[in-house]
Amino acid sequence: MQEMANSFYYIGAGGLILIGLYMVLAKTNLIKIILGLSFLDTGTHVLLVAIGYVRGRTAPIFSEGMSETTAVVDPVPQALVLTAIVIGVGVLSLALALSIQVYRHYGTLDVRNIRGLKW
Amino acid sequence: MSVIEGILILLMLVAAVATSIFKDLISAVITCAAVSLLASLLFYLLDAPDVAMAEAAIGAGLTTAIFVLAVRKTKRYEE
Amino acid sequence: MRKAIAFLLVATVGAAFYVVLGHIPFGEDKIDVANHYIQNGVRETGAVNIVTSVVVTYRGFDTLGEVTILFIAAVGIGAVLFTEKKARDEEPKQKASLIVQTGTNLLFPFILLTGVYVFIHGHLTPGGGFQGGAVIASGYLLLYLTWPDWRINRRRFNAVESLSGLAFVVLGVLGITYGMGFLANFLPLGTPNTLFSAGIIPIIYIAIGLKVGSELAGIVGNLMERE
Repeated sequence: MQEMANSFYYIGAGGLILIGLYMVLAKTNLIKIILGLSFLDTGTHVLLVAIGYVRGRTAPIFSEGMSETTAVVDPVPQALVLTAIVIGVGVLSLALALSIQVYRHYGTLDVRNIRGLKW
Repeated sequence: MSVIEGILILLMLVAAVATSIFKDLISAVITCAAVSLLASLLFYLLDAPDVAMAEAAIGAGLTTAIFVLAVRKTKRYEE
Repeated sequence: MRKAIAFLLVATVGAAFYVVLGHIPFGEDKIDVANHYIQNGVRETGAVNIVTSVVVTYRGFDTLGEVTILFIAAVGIGAVLFTEKKARDEEPKQKASLIVQTGTNLLFPFILLTGVYVFIHGHLTPGGGFQGGAVIASGYLLLYLTWPDWRINRRRFNAVESLSGLAFVVLGVLGITYGMGFLANFLPLGTPNTLFSAGIIPIIYIAIGLKVGSELAGIVGNLMERE
């Protein structure tokens, strides 16, 4: 039980990734698929920051009064996740613009009908 | 402290499942914003204030607004 | 049928996660690469926020790539949603109530001020260019919601965005002319924990903050306008 309490974060992040994967695979509305893509992104970010966490240490900012040898958590996953969040919002907005264009052209957002309209 | 973390993670997973179930797309987008907000709280509890600020401003604010604008121009209810 | 295959795939991925993540202990000390950044970061770059010094100085090239990706996304949205005919609504949209208008009039300068504060102090407190830019874009979203007939000045926003991106690349090239390499810190480092420290890091974050703010406001404007 103590071991499971240690890895709550991994269970939560992994669960979010799995829910996002299910929404991308099994849903038929284009907006739901894009919501699943957003969950995949958020789950991966939580997983990365949780891997870089060390117990008993503090945030990686050496403010006034902190000595030079204070123990801090890992700053590299946080920098990578910062970049990834901004890229995620760029990809999501472009995907939504494309789905608006698909709706203008086909009149529906159901992926089964959109594939059927191809020659 | 692990009780608070456990409750927040459980709420996040429940909100994610609710997004997948709702048929009204505006409700689904609002629960997606709830997932982003809870993820931002988890980032703060993991000693990452930069990432928490970025996720709160971008994920819970701008992404929700862009989703609502996109749903407004297409259908509101999923068939 | 489709749902059954999806469940099977998700269960397989879940089992793979369980096997792999079981080998990664949570909360143990596994810092390897970042030891150099933590011990020498404040002395080499002058910024007390280690995440800022990693994003701007040590991994600065990745930030340049990210800014490019955001630019491509903004251009792509403008290109995809382009329509020849101007869709003018017949009935004017309903403005928000008097309370919302007064509140927006009072709040908008403070929102802009908060965004500018966040990206100017990126090397001292948590924050930086991307967070500040997102706050500025949220301020413009508030203006769009309160007065739905108002439009942003497209030329001014494009000019701010292009000039900020150009400033970022010019600062990188200036590092080469000083003989230290692309995006190196060529200004004096100053004393840590003061506003005028850390060389070119605040200047780069000002450029990034203005660029991201005008880009995200332009994206929201594109989605609001073209019907």
